[in-house]
Amino acid sequence: MSEVSATDRDIAPPAPGYWAMAGRKLLRDRAAMISLAVLVIIALMCAAAPWYAAHIAHTNPFRSNLSGTVMRHGKPVEVLGAANNPLHLGIEPIGPSWRLGPYMLGADQQGRDVAARLLYGGGNSLIISFAAAAVCLVLAAITGILAGFFGGWVDRIISWLLDALWAFPVFLLAISLSVVLIAHGIDLGLFRLDASSLALPITIIGVIYVPYVARPVRGLVMGLRQSDYVLAAIGIGAPAWRILWFDILPNVISALVVFAPLIIALDLLTEAALSFLSIGVQPPAASWGTIIHDGESLIYTRPMVAIAPGLAIVITVLALNILGDGLRDALDPRAKLRN
Amino acid sequence: MAGTIIRRLVHMIAVLFGISVLVFLIFFATPGANPAARIAGKNASPQTVARVERQFGLNRPLPVQYALMMKKIFITRNLTSYVNLGEKVVPQVFKAAPVTLSLVAGAAIIWIVVAIVIGAVAAAFRNSWIDRLLMVLSLIGISMPVFWVGTMANLFTQGIWHHTWLFSWVPPLGYVDFSKSPVLWFKSLLIPWITLAILYIGLYARVLRAALIETMQEDFIRTARAKGLSERQVLLRHALRCSLVSVVTLFGLDFGVLVGGGALLTEVVFGLQGVGYLTYQALETLDLPMIMATVIYASVFVVVSNAVVDILYAAFDPRMRLRR
Amino acid sequence: MSHLLEITDLAVSFRTSHGLIRAVDGVSFSIAEREILGIVGESGSGKSLTVLAILDLIGDPNAAITGSIRFRGTELIGQKPETLRRLRGGAIAMIFQDPMTALTPVFTIGAQISEQIRIHTDLSRHAAQARAVELLDAVGLPDPHRAAVRYPQELSGGQRQRAVIAMALSCNPALLLADEPTTALDVTVQAQILELIRKLRDDFNSAVILITHNLGVVAETADRVAVMYSGRIVETAETAALFADPHHPYTWGLLGSMPALDGIRRPRLTTIPGLPPALDRRPQGCAFSPRCGFVRPECLPAPPALTGTAHQAACVLAGHERAAARNQVLAA
Ligand SMILES: Nc1ncnc2c1ncn2[C@@H]1O[C@H](COP(=O)(O)OP(=O)(O)OP(=O)(O)O)[C@@H](O)[C@H]1O
Ligand code: SF4
Ligand SMILES: [Mg+2]
Repeated sequence: MSEVSATDRDIAPPAPGYWAMAGRKLLRDRAAMISLAVLVIIALMCAAAPWYAAHIAHTNPFRSNLSGTVMRHGKPVEVLGAANNPLHLGIEPIGPSWRLGPYMLGADQQGRDVAARLLYGGGNSLIISFAAAAVCLVLAAITGILAGFFGGWVDRIISWLLDALWAFPVFLLAISLSVVLIAHGIDLGLFRLDASSLALPITIIGVIYVPYVARPVRGLVMGLRQSDYVLAAIGIGAPAWRILWFDILPNVISALVVFAPLIIALDLLTEAALSFLSIGVQPPAASWGTIIHDGESLIYTRPMVAIAPGLAIVITVLALNILGDGLRDALDPRAKLRN
Repeated sequence: MAGTIIRRLVHMIAVLFGISVLVFLIFFATPGANPAARIAGKNASPQTVARVERQFGLNRPLPVQYALMMKKIFITRNLTSYVNLGEKVVPQVFKAAPVTLSLVAGAAIIWIVVAIVIGAVAAAFRNSWIDRLLMVLSLIGISMPVFWVGTMANLFTQGIWHHTWLFSWVPPLGYVDFSKSPVLWFKSLLIPWITLAILYIGLYARVLRAALIETMQEDFIRTARAKGLSERQVLLRHALRCSLVSVVTLFGLDFGVLVGGGALLTEVVFGLQGVGYLTYQALETLDLPMIMATVIYASVFVVVSNAVVDILYAAFDPRMRLRR
Repeated sequence: MSHLLEITDLAVSFRTSHGLIRAVDGVSFSIAEREILGIVGESGSGKSLTVLAILDLIGDPNAAITGSIRFRGTELIGQKPETLRRLRGGAIAMIFQDPMTALTPVFTIGAQISEQIRIHTDLSRHAAQARAVELLDAVGLPDPHRAAVRYPQELSGGQRQRAVIAMALSCNPALLLADEPTTALDVTVQAQILELIRKLRDDFNSAVILITHNLGVVAETADRVAVMYSGRIVETAETAALFADPHHPYTWGLLGSMPALDGIRRPRLTTIPGLPPALDRRPQGCAFSPRCGFVRPECLPAPPALTGTAHQAACVLAGHERAAARNQVLAA
């Protein structure tokens, strides 16, 4: 199906002013602009996490605080107090104060400040999803262009690989790779990833979605390859790199720009799922997924621990999806990711 | 037709072979994977690791290991767990399958019906506020992590609102077999169904709306109007029927992936002991044979449903039949 | 003679970002029972819009239709959707230009025809299906029983157009609107389809509006001809009169560029120089003036009105100037 949508569009290199026009169109798209603003604000807030922890929360969000106290309504309150049940069995972390300051959103089971962890975790979630999307788009562009432009056995090998990867359920691939690698990391001589490094989830998440993008890119390039103006360029003896650089690449980049927010959104959700299953970001580091995981055991007593990161994910992914819709409308109304 | 089916089957087996090799390599040959060390546990002495290697045949050449593993999964079906020694893996997977199937099939019915209604209404009222509202809701639906939705559903139905009339009927988490009590089966699955369906409702409603709007531009729609059909009949009979093809394709793939264990997160959150849950437990204990078995079960499902989609596709859309 | 359909001062305009464009601009004509009216004109002259307007099938939310369309005395413009819906496919049926895309690909031919029958009559499913087969037979599809259970893409273009015609005829329409029914078909099939349309009048008593680019088709089929240019009718007459004594310079151009009726192309075709004006840049006066060899000051201030009784033309050339001017064009 991807081939059809690629070949039957009016194929031509983007005209001069194409990007400027798309930019103007995007600027007029109110929903997309609001989403972009929301994303920027979320990113800035996450970037301010260390500042927040030091100056507002006054805690170290990575160290457990099992016996500390904090002032509430003028009285010192234990961060991990006795549970609020008739027998006072077990302990219960402090709830949200709902005002800027220590434990604004309460504490988790280890007495750590949820709000501060939310910002730190958001940073990790965003870094992983953006970096993984970059990995994915670059790999997809390379494989898609190679397969689509050179055809023949190059295409056959790449397509076979993509198909195999494609037939493999994405989530299982991610889980399998994570399980295997999370304990010891990976060591291929030159290429070393430490188990606790963010590079591990970035690589895993980056790789698994390559077929999603590479297949449409391949279709697009194949369509371009057979279009009149590329055939003409080949006819007058233009070297392959010139055609790739001037005729193929601009089209591919326009498609990738449309895919980017959608892939980032997918990556963010995947990271959250892996972290929720404890095979993503490793403690003591946090991500939105790990915080939801922490919050699950507190769900009936301190639901905010799970609600807050979930809302953060929903807002971010929603903004990315709306931005993706806007970019698609502005750049290429027919680009389709899934299929 | 017989020729295509045979070709399809060969292709299917080839893909399955590829996947099983891939899974095997991931778990047994990844640099650093070292299964023997895993089984022996952290801080095990090299002697222990070596003994484990011998005991589980992990010191034999990889192709031999692979062949043994496949033989134990498919032929003798006596692959045993590394963790709960002596426990057979394959029967466990088969025991878990009905749970997953109940979950996914129910959710699928919900999402197909709801998505078609939303997609058709949105397309019929395109660009009106109804359309915008429905599309925003769909977008929110695909933006929510399913495990979070499940957690929230538990919070409300098991927690804070459990004692109100609204959710007092919700049984405790866990699966009740249909043969034991159909009513309880239904009650125990309704919330998980809805949770799992939300994402797909959003996806399918958007896809269907786009397909409907594209179809409504076609020439044959004008013919249908010129015949004297009402706008509603044109949309529901002619446009919808043509647009459903795009949804059918998606459906086959998604259904396969979910039955294959893609509903893992939902199963974990709701404590349903399906195939996904099995995988999850195997992950926690690093029970490699169990992981292998569930992953391969999943791939079988995905690949088979891929093939079924192709065949269904041809049955559903006469346009396709002609093309081959 | 009472008119079956009477159109007066019909205008179709589109609201666009460049303002209002009038794609059909003051068209008036009428058609009697059992009459075949041919409408000819270059691509973009507004032929399709004119007939689509009759059944309100333009389907563009930015289109506005004004003027008057009376069918059997009832005004159709502004009519309730339900009334129009009942006319569509019933008393007034339509055949579209491209048979390849005119049928829904997921239903069989028979199902699509019987669907229309069942909208307009209370025949049972079975009876409607039987009638569909009869109709397919009547339009000359070989093996109509088999054809009825086939999908559109399993038939050839000519067979599909026959199926489309069978569908249009299914409820004995008093008026058939045929929008270039033969353009997409090859020459031999074209001739058969035209023959079929001519027979309609005899078998079904239908009046027909036949749109075409092709004057040859008109000459063979139509009783009367209207020539359209840039959204207006520039000449209308009985077919024989039009061919014997065409009045408008644009008609001369069309005749000059027409291959001989036997289908053999003349060695040299006189083509009309230039292109029709863009709809938003139509000249103030005669729309043909930029391309006309006989333009004079009177042509420019306002579009000339249709003058004459039986044979009308919208041109300032006086009767005695015509013959000489025409010879200049057609003899060249
Ligand atoms: N929806 C629309 N919006 C704007 N302009 C339109 C629309 N539909 C048609 N037009 C314009 O109206 C003019 C007349 O169109 P119409 O389809 O009636 O031409 P036609 O005479 O049938 O031509 P052809 O022989 O190519 O079918 C054309 O110039 C076309 O560009
Ligand atoms: S009115 Fe004038 S310009 Fe128009 S056709 Fe007649 S002579 Fe030519
Ligand atoms: Mg037309």
